Amino acid sequence: MAKAILYDATKCTGCRGCQVACKNWNGLEAVETYNWGSYENPKDLSTQTWLKMRFIEKGGTETDNMRWLFARQSCMHCTDAACVKVCPTGALHIRTDGFVALDKDKCTNCGYCVEFCPFSIPRLDASLISGIGDKATKCTACTTAGLNRIDNGYQPACVNTCPTGALTFGDRETLLSAAQDKVAALKSNSHPNAYLYGENEVGGTHVLYILDDTPKAYGLIEDPKVPAAATAWQDIIKPLGYGIVGVVGLGLILNIMVARARIISREEK
Amino acid sequence: MTNHWIDLRNSDRIMIIGSNAAENHPISFKWVTAAKERGAKLISVDPRFTRTSSKADIYAPMRSGCDITFIGGMIRYILDDMQKSSPSERAEKYNMTYVTQYTNAALIINNSFEGALESTHPGLFGGYTASKNGTPGILGSYNKSTWNYADSTTPASDPALVNNTWTAWEDLDSKCVLRLLWENYKDYTPEKVEEITGCPKDKFLEVAQTYAESGAPGKAGTIMYAMGTTQHTYGTQNIRGYAILQLLLGNIGIAGGGINALRGTSNVQGSTDMCLLSHILPGYLQVPIHTDQSLDDYIARAKKGKDFITPQGLAGDKSASWWWYNDADPNYKKYLVSMLKAWYGDNATAANDFGFNYLPKVTSGDDYTHIGTFEAVAAGIVKGMLVWGQNPAVGGPDSEGERKALEKLDWLVVSDLFETETAAFWKRGGANPGSINTEVFLLPAACSYEKQGSISNSGRWAQWRWKALEPIGQAKPDLEIVDELALKLKELYTSEGGEFPEAITKLFWDFREGAAEADPNIAAKEFNGYDWTTKTALTSFGNLKSDGSTCSGNWLYCGMFDANGNNKAKQHDPVDKSLNQIGLYSGWTWCWPINRRIIYNRASVDLDGEPWDKDHPVIKWTGSITKWAGDIADGGWNPINLSAEGAKYLPFIMHREGVGRIWGDGRAEGPLPVAYEPWESPLETNLLTGVEDTEANGTPGFNDPCCYIGKMEMDGQVWNERGTPDNYPYVGMTYRLTEHWQAGQMTRNLPWLIELQPQPIAELDPVLASQKGIESGDIVEVSTARGSIDAVAIVTKRFQPLTIGGKTVHHVGVPWHWGYTGQCTGISPNGSSGNVLTPHVGDANTTIPEYKTFLCNIKYVRKGGE
Amino acid sequence: MELSRREFLKASGAGMGGLVLLGAMGSEKVPRAIPLKKEPLGETYTICCYCGVGCGALATAAGGKVINVEGNPDHPINEGTLCSKGQALAQFRTVDGEDNPNRLTKPLYRRAGGTAWEEKSWDWAITEIAKRIKKTRDDNWISTVNVGGTDYTVNRTDAIAHFGGGELDNEECYLLVKLTRALGMVYIEHCARI
Repeated sequence: MAKAILYDATKCTGCRGCQVACKNWNGLEAVETYNWGSYENPKDLSTQTWLKMRFIEKGGTETDNMRWLFARQSCMHCTDAACVKVCPTGALHIRTDGFVALDKDKCTNCGYCVEFCPFSIPRLDASLISGIGDKATKCTACTTAGLNRIDNGYQPACVNTCPTGALTFGDRETLLSAAQDKVAALKSNSHPNAYLYGENEVGGTHVLYILDDTPKAYGLIEDPKVPAAATAWQDIIKPLGYGIVGVVGLGLILNIMVARARIISREEK
Repeated sequence: MTNHWIDLRNSDRIMIIGSNAAENHPISFKWVTAAKERGAKLISVDPRFTRTSSKADIYAPMRSGCDITFIGGMIRYILDDMQKSSPSERAEKYNMTYVTQYTNAALIINNSFEGALESTHPGLFGGYTASKNGTPGILGSYNKSTWNYADSTTPASDPALVNNTWTAWEDLDSKCVLRLLWENYKDYTPEKVEEITGCPKDKFLEVAQTYAESGAPGKAGTIMYAMGTTQHTYGTQNIRGYAILQLLLGNIGIAGGGINALRGTSNVQGSTDMCLLSHILPGYLQVPIHTDQSLDDYIARAKKGKDFITPQGLAGDKSASWWWYNDADPNYKKYLVSMLKAWYGDNATAANDFGFNYLPKVTSGDDYTHIGTFEAVAAGIVKGMLVWGQNPAVGGPDSEGERKALEKLDWLVVSDLFETETAAFWKRGGANPGSINTEVFLLPAACSYEKQGSISNSGRWAQWRWKALEPIGQAKPDLEIVDELALKLKELYTSEGGEFPEAITKLFWDFREGAAEADPNIAAKEFNGYDWTTKTALTSFGNLKSDGSTCSGNWLYCGMFDANGNNKAKQHDPVDKSLNQIGLYSGWTWCWPINRRIIYNRASVDLDGEPWDKDHPVIKWTGSITKWAGDIADGGWNPINLSAEGAKYLPFIMHREGVGRIWGDGRAEGPLPVAYEPWESPLETNLLTGVEDTEANGTPGFNDPCCYIGKMEMDGQVWNERGTPDNYPYVGMTYRLTEHWQAGQMTRNLPWLIELQPQPIAELDPVLASQKGIESGDIVEVSTARGSIDAVAIVTKRFQPLTIGGKTVHHVGVPWHWGYTGQCTGISPNGSSGNVLTPHVGDANTTIPEYKTFLCNIKYVRKGGE
Repeated sequence: MELSRREFLKASGAGMGGLVLLGAMGSEKVPRAIPLKKEPLGETYTICCYCGVGCGALATAAGGKVINVEGNPDHPINEGTLCSKGQALAQFRTVDGEDNPNRLTKPLYRRAGGTAWEEKSWDWAITEIAKRIKKTRDDNWISTVNVGGTDYTVNRTDAIAHFGGGELDNEECYLLVKLTRALGMVYIEHCARI
């Protein structure tokens, strides 16, 4: 049965219990930060920060009431997961419940997941050229081996700690249905731009967002796309296997793809 | 809290004012959110748009320090609506039975009383005498002789009000409380509210109307407040304003109602109940004063002015007046004697007044509170100081002055988890350690899960927590440290003698009972109380005696134990057995008094014992045999209509008149709150009272007429200067952040929290920022007449300029968490705590410092960044 | 082992269902079913030390380290949830697997005019503090005050002040109020006043 995490932005108070719960459960270290003129910190995800909350201010004018929006930034657990498509070793894989898990023992630090993720989520400290450094990291929906809450019947740490019920965990179908109702209610109640993010994006994601405004207002990527190169890699090249193309050849092909992905990425920006 | 956290979900209207609950009590929003899911409306009134405001249905901005104007405006709105409604409409919109039968709204006040709007003494009630102008201290005081009921023991009530037959104010007695309330607030019009607070009139009216809807019978509104309310020179009167509002709306005692003080630290409720405060003994008993030369003197003084009052013309005809219940052998005496028995044991006998004279007596009128203590330290009166888990060098007002005062001590003892700024005051920026002769002892304390014991939350739940592991290094629980110190002192006084040694040598002190270390279970049993002879735990303060046969260190906690000696603070029944499952969870731990989860709950039912709100019954009368169902009823007497003449108990059982006090004569600056300006105000004239600020140290009628103006002089330097708008044109205020904790040590040493909020901030609106050339991320200096701090600027529309009396007023906000020790420190050498900026002035009733409003300036210093 | 150190945690909302008064009257550690670890470790009931909400939390410790703290799902106020501060409770003791280096672990003493802390024994510290209290109290004892021409016996000292209590346990506050009043102290305050 497909599972999901539902984030209801209309209930979130930005307390960031989830952000610390993630570090607490996964044994992640604090990152050195400085205040850059915002409550939001760390400034970005990293190998030690798999989940962070964004703080976004809107309105505050004569005609537009002040709003302070909070948005979760972490792995979206895509159904059509680019990172899984490009992962040469199967370290990144999709579980039967739909969450994108990571088997660190299989990770070779190649960094392709970092390059291809349409949401820019995975992080790797290593140099792409030398390949030396940490393995890829990202939220695994608390399915990391040895730290697996899900398979032992518990909620992910972030959901478990959420004071207001902004985060819930359960069957994707059930959550989707509840979220659809909530978004419909928001739309009819002075939030015409309310949106259910993740319902259809990249094949439907296993992290869903109830938003009372557009994804853009919440700093989310509108219409995220799996890079064509990732699809090509999985559907055409990967089946050929290491044996035929050879490790060197694989590396070359991938490097070309990475370079192309970077160009595409720059063009999009 | 009169109610408790879970009960927030039963509210229909929630007003958060003087609190930023989403940030400082995040889990409260579990229940606020649950209420909103039920359709409740959330109102946030705050000078700045906070994480609380982000979830509010209505956000109303308000200039810091203007609560009384705002609440007074709401009271006026309700009174005006009551008067303009027909009697039948009135009874639909407002619970007039509650208002007239359960409050003193209908009672008649002394005919000589003069209101604060009289032209002869604008802004002041009759009977005021100013202190010497221009000098620090209390601005002045009142002769309160006209603030009482016209008939002091059997006050009359207004029949037109009680019978709900009035249509015009003139129909009511000119000295009836409701009429006086109108007279006091009739000038607090929506226009006036906008002019003074800066809250647009329409927004104010939206708040007033929305919240007033909780006045309908069966509806509930709650007020959540915290230090944004209390930390003003008129903080107590701010709360009085809320109390009046809630009584007018019939919101006290009911599910989803109440006045809910959100307590800031995990056991500040319990430490207050234990009365580690200068004016009270455990259980809120008065501290003995110099004239109390015997137990009888003490009881007689405490009783003075506390005669039973029997309101006339109401359905109820009896007040319990709990402190003095059973006049011949009053509870007050039982509680004090039982405390003395717990303290002096076999040495407490009837022959020696149960050791009453072992207690120190304060000199009446002297100030022993926080501000007064630091003035005494600065003056060299206090020479030694014991500090347990507190950090006044960051948390105290005008904190550079308080830090300087610490240099005057001979010795200082600090017990804490970390090296606090208080312990390390001699290391602070600008200090010369070689010239500071204070000896400092810094003791390593165990953290909350390295020991066991109980703490009491805001909802008065005493909850036991257990030890997860041994303390770090050589750290010890504070209990063991205090116990060892006490035993050492007893040993020294026994062997060496000294001044008045009996008070120590005769002290009953056995928290080990033969073990090597003190046991908190023994302490808990002692403050709960037990039969002195049999040592059997007492199950209710109703069992306490005044003859020395019972001991109880704190009567309020009597009942925490059952008769078998089991501590109910340890019980965990997860099933909610309350009526309609309103969330009382009475089997989960224990709360004072006697596990009553919602206090004043007899006001939640009508005269027949039926709940006003059938869906959320707190208690319910079920018949003469089965009596009350639900919560522990506030006094088990029958409902008023089902009681005999002379035994129809009124619901507010602690009050000597048995009803809720819309009118109250206990406060220093008047029976009803009046809108005064903060000590440092951007205005020159109080726009409500019309009084100009003419005096250097504060003007009665412009400022709170009875507030306390502190001043310290050390080494030729005068502290606590008052700033003026020409030099300090902006309204400054301090606050806290979700990610940090009070004076900071408990979060500035935890890396996960440092990561979230790594540096002190100063927040300001974009208009002011543009005028000053400040951008988000810049380092700025915020200054007041007391000092200055550097912080990272956050320029945000969450702050907006307000128009006050025709002029633009900007706010600048700074948290006070930072200091100069620990893993994460401030930017300027003084540690950048907001309290470097705050004044040493105090509330007229409590002397709580006015942290929340002062005048400041701000300027660009340099670019910030990594 | 490194990766499995938290496997034993149990966070089921049904964990306490029906177990009325479990943990009552002194049972501090609740052993729970642990799915992947052979030796169950107990979780200790604690209450968060930060604000006045009083959230229940479960602390798991082993080998002198706090391995995990999370909300107690049975606690009716927080139902297993915690905010960022509460979720960081473990770091009071254990940071990145080691003792929090910022914690005080030994009594420290700073002599008059001193520029650094000196480590001391508990015995020394308690004895020296008691001596300071006794000397200051005895040297500054006020037996009587004269108010309005009348002498009143007051038996107190104005020379020693107390601060603190809001972060201590009730039992600790009780011992403190009993001791400080018995010593004749009257400058007794804590954070409730400010």
